[in-house]
Amino acid sequence: MTGTLLKLEGLTKAYPGVVANDNVSFEIQKGEIHALLGENGAGKSTLVKTIYGLVKPDTGRMELNAAEFIPPEPRAARAAGVAMVFQHFSLFDALNVAENIALGMENPPPQRQVAARVREVSEKYGLPLDPDRIVGDLSAGERQRVEIIRCLLQDPKLLIMDEPTSVLTPQEVQILFQTLRQLSEEGTAILYISHKLEEIRALCENATVLRLGAVVGTCDPRETSARDMAEMMVGASLHVPEKATADTGETVLALKALSAPAPHQFGTALKDLNITVQTGEVLGIGGVAGNGQDELVAALSGEMKTAAGMVELRGTPVGQLAPNARRAMGLLAAPEERMGHAAAPDMSLTENAVMTGVTRKSLAQRGFLKWKEAKAFAEDVISTFDVRTPGPENAARSLSGGNLQKFVIGREILQDPDVFVVNQPTWGVDAAAAAAIRQAILDLAAKGAAVICISQDLDELMEISDRFAALNEGRLSEPRPAAGLTVEEIGLMLGGAHDMEAAHA
Amino acid sequence: MDLSAINPVLLLASLMVAATPILLAAIGELVVERAGVLNLGVEGMMITGAVCGFVVAVNTGSPWLGFLGAAIGGALLSVLFGVLTQYLLSNQVATGLALTLFGLGVSSLIGQGYIGIKGPEFPDWHIPLLGDIPIIGPIVFQHDPMVYVGLLICLGVWAFLKYSRLGLVLRAVGENHDAAHALGYKVIRIRMAAIMFGGACAGLGGAYLSLVRVPQWTEGMTAGAGWIALAIVVFASWRPGRLLLGAYLFGGVTVLQLNLQAAGLAIPVEYLSMSPYLATIVVLVIMSAGRAPGSLGRIFHASR
Repeated sequence: MTGTLLKLEGLTKAYPGVVANDNVSFEIQKGEIHALLGENGAGKSTLVKTIYGLVKPDTGRMELNAAEFIPPEPRAARAAGVAMVFQHFSLFDALNVAENIALGMENPPPQRQVAARVREVSEKYGLPLDPDRIVGDLSAGERQRVEIIRCLLQDPKLLIMDEPTSVLTPQEVQILFQTLRQLSEEGTAILYISHKLEEIRALCENATVLRLGAVVGTCDPRETSARDMAEMMVGASLHVPEKATADTGETVLALKALSAPAPHQFGTALKDLNITVQTGEVLGIGGVAGNGQDELVAALSGEMKTAAGMVELRGTPVGQLAPNARRAMGLLAAPEERMGHAAAPDMSLTENAVMTGVTRKSLAQRGFLKWKEAKAFAEDVISTFDVRTPGPENAARSLSGGNLQKFVIGREILQDPDVFVVNQPTWGVDAAAAAAIRQAILDLAAKGAAVICISQDLDELMEISDRFAALNEGRLSEPRPAAGLTVEEIGLMLGGAHDMEAAHA
Repeated sequence: MDLSAINPVLLLASLMVAATPILLAAIGELVVERAGVLNLGVEGMMITGAVCGFVVAVNTGSPWLGFLGAAIGGALLSVLFGVLTQYLLSNQVATGLALTLFGLGVSSLIGQGYIGIKGPEFPDWHIPLLGDIPIIGPIVFQHDPMVYVGLLICLGVWAFLKYSRLGLVLRAVGENHDAAHALGYKVIRIRMAAIMFGGACAGLGGAYLSLVRVPQWTEGMTAGAGWIALAIVVFASWRPGRLLLGAYLFGGVTVLQLNLQAAGLAIPVEYLSMSPYLATIVVLVIMSAGRAPGSLGRIFHASR
C-alpha cells in the first residue's frame, strides 16, 4: 500500500487581520499516520477544515488519489473518503448513539441496521459502545468512540483527528492508539493533529510542522526528539523556566483548620486544612482532579466564604471577606476554567481586565470607570505577557486557549499580589506559552510574593515548587521540600493508587 | 342549577372541535422549536390566518380554498420572522413578540370590510359506517374534515420526527446547530422550512376559528389561543403525543366550563373561564419531564 493519497499545493487562507494558512504544501501517503504539529493558532484547524470542505481556500489546490479535489462542503469530502473526528462540537447530546452515527453518514440504512453495524465495527476495532445509549450520558472517551465509529462506517481513506487525546485518560489513549495502528495497517491514512509531542513520537511516521500558518519543516517523529520538534513549532530555542534560589521570608498566608462543606452535589468537602505560605516561595499542591482543588481555590479567593479565622492574611482573619476585599489586601487568585470563570467570553479584554483589576489598579472613581487607564492596563498585560491579539478591544472569546490563559494570569500578576493562588496554570496550553507562564510565576515569587500553584501536572509542580503538598479527598498532606522528592513518594502523598482509577473512570 | 342539561355525548363531541385550533397551531410550533427556533409570533400568525382564510372563503365561496389561503397567509408572515431571525440574526424573542403585534394590526386592516359578514357553510362530515356507531359515532366520527386534518398533521409530525431521516436532521439542527453545521447540514434552510410549516399550521388554526368555530370575522378573535399553543408545546416537553393530550384537555375543560356556565353553576364565571388554562398547565406541569432542544432560541452564525 504505497503512493500518494492527498497532495496539498500552495493552500492559502486569510481572515481579516490574520493569515491562517500561508502557501501550505505537503503530501500524505496511503496508510500513513501523519502528524500535523503546531502551536495554538498556527493554522492547523483551518487547514484540516479546508481538507474537510468547511473552509474554502483563497488560493492553492488539492489532489486526492491524483484527481483534483475541491470539496465545496463536508458532504463532498465524506463522499470522497475523507472523515474527521472533531475536537468538540459535533455530537448531539439528546440523541442516541445510533442516531448520532446515522447523522454523519451519507446514505444511512434504517436505524436497526445502523445499530447492528455499530456493534460490528465496535467489536472489530475494540471500541466497546452500546448504540442505544443517549450520548449526553457518555464519558468523554465514549463520546470520542462515537465519532470514530461514525467515521469508520464510511470506510474512509483519510481519517483526520483533531486533538483527539485532550479529553482522554492514559488508558483510553492506549486503546485509541491501538485502533489507529490497526486502521493504518488496513491502508487508511490518518492525519493526526496534536501538540502533545510524546504521543506523536509514539504513534506517527511522519510529521509536518506549521508555524504562523506556514510549513516550517517536516521530520520523522520516531527519530526526532520532543525538544527538537518543540523548537520547530516555536521557532526559537525553548526556554526552560529557571528558578532563582529560594529566599523565603515571613509567613503571609495561613490556613488554620480550614473546613468547608461541599458546595454542590458533585463537589468535595474540605477537611481540616492547615498550612502556611512564606514570602518568596511557590507552594505546589498536587492531586487527582476532583479532590478539592476547585473548593480550595474558592475558599482562598473568597468565592466561598468560611469562618473568619480559617484563612489568615498577614495575621488578619479574612475567611469571611468577599473576593474584592481580599484583592484589596493583596490576595489574588486565577481559577482553572478560563472561559466563563476567569474571563467573560463575550466581553473585551479591557472589560475583563477591569473586572479583577478595578480595586488594586484603582480603575474606578466614584463609581465611574476610568476607561483610559483600564485600556492601558489591558495593553500592559498584552505586551508584558506576549498575548497574541490585535488589541484590547477584542472579545476574550476570540483568543486561543493559551493566549487567554496568558492574559488572565498576567492580569493578576501585574496587580502585584502579595499572595497569588493559581489553579492549573498551563492546562491545555502549548509548550511555549506554558514555559512563559511558569517563568512568570517564578519571577513573581522571586520578587517576594507567595504563590500557591495547584496543578495536576506533576512535572510542572516539580519544576516550579519549593514545597509540595498533596490534596486527597479534601485533605491536605504535610508539605515537603520539592527538591529530591521521588515519583514514588509523590504517589504515596497523593493517596497511593487507590482512587486513581475511580477518578479517571 | 341543572346538570342534567349537559349531554355527555355532545360535550365530548364538541371537545375535539374546541381543541382543533390550538392543536393545529401548537403542532406547527412544536416543529419550529424542535428545529431550535423560538417563534413567539404564533398568536399573530393565527389571527392573520383567520382573516386570510375568511376573506378567501367569502370571496370564493369555498371553505377549502379559505383554509389554503390561511395556510399561505400564516406561512408568509412566518417568512418575515424567518428572514429577520435566520438571515439578519435578530433576537428571536423580540422578533416573535413584534410579529404578534404586527399580525394583530395587519389582520384588522385586511378584515376591515368583512366584519359582520357570514362565511360559507363548512358542513360536518358524517363518516359512513363509523359515524353510525352509537355514542362513539357522534363523539369521534361526525365532525368537519379539519378536525381530522389536524389529527393527521399531528400523527404525521410524530412519525416524521421519529422515523424519517429528515426528521432526525431537524432534531439534530435543534439540538446542536454547530455540530449539524460541521456535519454539512443546511441549518438555516432547515429552520426556514420549519418556520414556514409552523406559520402554515398556525394559519390553519386561526382559520378554523373564523370559518368553523365562530364562524365570522372579529378583530382579535384568537383571544390568546396562540399563547396557549405556545405554552402547550413547552409543557408537552416537545412531544407530539403529549401535545395532543394537552390540546384535548384544554378543549375539554373549555367546553365543560361553558356547559357549566350555561347550567348555572354557583361559581363566579371568572373562575370557570380561567379553569381551562389552569387545568392544562397543572396537568402538563405534573407530567413534564422533558428537556428543551439544546439550541432553542440561540442565534446561529456559521463563523462561531
